[in-house]
Amino acid sequence: MGILDFLKSRPKNTATIAKERLRIIVAQERSSRNTPDYLPMLRTELLAVIRKYVHVDLDAINIQVERDGEHEVLELSVALPEHKTDTTA
Amino acid sequence: MTETIVVTSGKGGVGKTTTSASLATGLAAQGKKVAVIDFDVGLRNLDLIMGCERRVVYDFVNVIHQEATLKQALIRDKRHENLFVLAASQTRDKDALTQEGVQRVLEELGKEGFDYIVCDSPAGIEKGASLAMYFADRALVVVNPEVSSVRDSDRILGLLASKTRKGESGQGGVPAHLLLTRYNPVRVESGQMLGIKDVEEVLGLPVIGVIPEHESVLMASNQGVPVILDEGSLAGQAYVDAIARLLGESRPMRFIDAPKKGLFKRMFGS
Ligand SMILES: Nc1ncnc2c1ncn2[C@@H]1O[C@H](COP(=O)(O)OP(=O)(O)OP(=O)(O)O)[C@@H](O)[C@H]1O
Ligand SMILES: [Mg+2]
Repeated sequence: MGILDFLKSRPKNTATIAKERLRIIVAQERSSRNTPDYLPMLRTELLAVIRKYVHVDLDAINIQVERDGEHEVLELSVALPEHKTDTTA
Repeated sequence: MTETIVVTSGKGGVGKTTTSASLATGLAAQGKKVAVIDFDVGLRNLDLIMGCERRVVYDFVNVIHQEATLKQALIRDKRHENLFVLAASQTRDKDALTQEGVQRVLEELGKEGFDYIVCDSPAGIEKGASLAMYFADRALVVVNPEVSSVRDSDRILGLLASKTRKGESGQGGVPAHLLLTRYNPVRVESGQMLGIKDVEEVLGLPVIGVIPEHESVLMASNQGVPVILDEGSLAGQAYVDAIARLLGESRPMRFIDAPKKGLFKRMFGS
């Protein structure tokens, strides 16, 4: 067995892929952990309303609850599509 | 003072019952008075791993519903007179557990002078699992070096921090330790399995023990003898170390490196 075959025959390092994927999903889940239960519903309903006017994808809406000292602030941002807005409805 | 330790994981089949049996037995072997409770109502298994399945007359649910006294339901271990098993019910479902009932049993064990109560949690995040962790002073989160297990343990860490007595009363939640089980150093070294550092980095917690994947665990369960009592077993020895660390001792990790192979062997077959 040549050195090239030896290198090729080594199994792919899938553990690093696993770790990278976990790092992302765990961070994402932690950030949504202590947010109110109604956020997903709110997001879907907002999307329905927004879609009456502009066509956006679900992931274009970003809702977050931020702590600001004593207050909790609901932050909402919608990324509009780059091309001309198409007014359906 | 009684310390209640929950053994939990989220994901099923990762080694909670194996760990609970060895943890309880290891603590008892050090002279502590220990009770180990099976919270897996409907899927009782701890009795088999502890080797007392034929001596179960009354169970945890019977005590909660006051159909039996705690004394009647506690099964004394054959090997350690200061170790007791409280079996889960096989016939009821998880809803047979109530928070008040669980609290009453734990308090009664405290009055009986138990040093440790080990709660073997069922998989999942439903009633059995949430009650097993609710009153805990500490948690041992059992995790396998594998994506779904790691993600589920993070979910459990979140619940330990918030949905427990210590979490709700503003004490910062139940302090948790990670126990990495079914670890295969050869597969870690070849990049096929997450390593200790990987799991620690993703979850942001140090690992308190590493239990290697080993056939002795299956052999121990076949015989109803907790693997910690098998002195020749690497997994058993790793449990001894993990318990010592849990009690505050510092010990180096063992059995975490693959046996060394020469380059020649690696190139020309094993
Ligand atoms: N270190 C190990 N090496 C080899 N096999 C193991 C090891 N730990 C556990 N096992 C095996 O894995 C299986 C599941 O173990 P166990 O019943 O302890 O898991 P569990 O988390 O309690 O499962 P459940 O979620 O169903 O309650 C058993 O067959 C057990 O023998
Ligand atoms: Mg189990």
